[in-house]
Amino acid sequence: MVEEEGFRRYVAHIILWIGIAIVAFPVYIAIIASTQDNALIANGQMSLLPGGHFFEVYYQTIFVGTSGSTREPVGNMMLNSLVMALAIAIGKIAISIISAYAIVYFRFPFRMPIFWIIFITLMLPVEVRIYPTYKIVADLHMLDSYAGLSLPLIASATATLLFRQFFMTVPDELLEASRIDGAGPVRFFWDTLLPLSRTNMAALFVILFILGWNQYLWPLLITTRDDMQTIQVGIRKMITTTDALTEWPIVMATAVLAMLPPVFVVVVMQKLFVRGLVETEK
Amino acid sequence: MQKQAIFQTKVLPYALVAPQLAIVLIFFYWPALQAVIQSFLLQDAFGLSTTFVWFENYLELFRDPAYFAAIVRTFFFSFAIAVSSLSFALLLAVMADKPLRGSMLYRTLLIWPYAVAPPVVGVLWIFMLHPSLGVLSRYLRAIGVDWNPLLDGDQAAALIILAAAWKQISYNFLFFLAGLQAIPKSVLEAAAIDGARPMRRFWTVTFPLLSPTIFFLLVVNIVYAFFDTFGIIDTMTRGGPGTSTVTLVYKVYSDGLLGGNLGSSAAQSVILMVMVIVLTGIQFRFVERKVTY
Repeated sequence: MVEEEGFRRYVAHIILWIGIAIVAFPVYIAIIASTQDNALIANGQMSLLPGGHFFEVYYQTIFVGTSGSTREPVGNMMLNSLVMALAIAIGKIAISIISAYAIVYFRFPFRMPIFWIIFITLMLPVEVRIYPTYKIVADLHMLDSYAGLSLPLIASATATLLFRQFFMTVPDELLEASRIDGAGPVRFFWDTLLPLSRTNMAALFVILFILGWNQYLWPLLITTRDDMQTIQVGIRKMITTTDALTEWPIVMATAVLAMLPPVFVVVVMQKLFVRGLVETEK
Repeated sequence: MQKQAIFQTKVLPYALVAPQLAIVLIFFYWPALQAVIQSFLLQDAFGLSTTFVWFENYLELFRDPAYFAAIVRTFFFSFAIAVSSLSFALLLAVMADKPLRGSMLYRTLLIWPYAVAPPVVGVLWIFMLHPSLGVLSRYLRAIGVDWNPLLDGDQAAALIILAAAWKQISYNFLFFLAGLQAIPKSVLEAAAIDGARPMRRFWTVTFPLLSPTIFFLLVVNIVYAFFDTFGIIDTMTRGGPGTSTVTLVYKVYSDGLLGGNLGSSAAQSVILMVMVIVLTGIQFRFVERKVTY
């Protein structure tokens, strides 16, 4: 063990707490601002201590929305974000795990070309093909729909590669054994492979949920109706260009509400989160 | 690549790959192909006729000083975000790697900003540094800085870089910490026995052993700065003042939004695609090397 002298250890603690303060400060300010009076904030007189409007502001944010820019309750936006995030996470896992299963456990014509067709999608995020994708979604009459929000974001190979990699490490003996028991491909997948993949699925779910919840550019383009807005899009529309009209406490409350689910997931499921993050980057 | 023990069923595998294949073809290949085709076409003002113009759209772009400026700006942003975020995260990771009491708590308290969405990051930072009502702007003005990122392009750029780097600290921290923990303690002990002081141990032993992680994170951060800063820019400055915070992705978005030149917008998309492919290629090559490392 390399010895650390006491002094250096104190320095480390101090630097870490400074780091934590820097990381937390903007969020602290947001929480504080969401409990204060708008007039005070607009004057640049915001206090750095909590104000007394917590319930009032959050009630209005969740159930009513701002009075000016977007008259949409943030509760509804959160619901849209939730549906989108779940659709992306579950959809991606579902279609990826079965296609990875086919590619690893079956031999069929065009297996490799199909694998490459899926693999290449790893390269391009939706941002580089937004307008052509927009046109397709419009042609399919999927604007302002959950399908339009989630399907184009499901089209990527990360999860497929992950499951493929995992299936390759599953010992062949398991398949032999379940064959001797008379199980066909569907039974084997359902009774053996799926239970084994549980941790991988959970880790992937955590990452995909966060990524899905935080999507911005795509929902911004394809939602035109206020009641289909996700929270990330809604918050942008609350900041009006004429600053005087921006209702900052509500904007900040919305920011806090937008952070809550994904941050909660990271903190509570830290192990799965770290695992998912490291594995999806491989 | 494939198992020894496999199933011989004929139809089932196709049924299993069909959903993903369908989605990928409809929402990935078709639009990508459209972008490539469109980038070679020129549409008249009313959208009634199109002509094939070879690389005219691309040449037009490269002749456009605004596009060239956006390229330079994007690379500058990427570089500034990557360097500032990486160095701060490395400092924190080195500290958190020490055998300290409460190191798990430190980790938890440092990784959660990963989950904050880019548009929210933008909102948080513009609020703190808003020219008229920001809590931090008061202090900036008190020390004599004429702070107004909504009017001053350089200040707006600094604000974007700051906010984007802030968000990326947690990600970099996590990977640095993992990288540091993978370094065998015996190597550091050997250096200590040879009389190397902590600072020297860091620069001659830890840092070189960490170089694969650093390189990997560099690529990831550049890709992040290319794409994920969109939400930050759009909520903070909307590309302004003027065009001083317009990046390549933002330009694709805003040019397309104005609805004008489809061919040019498609050409911009294709150029971005090529850039990402190159970056991903670099990353893959590197990851291959890390495996055998």
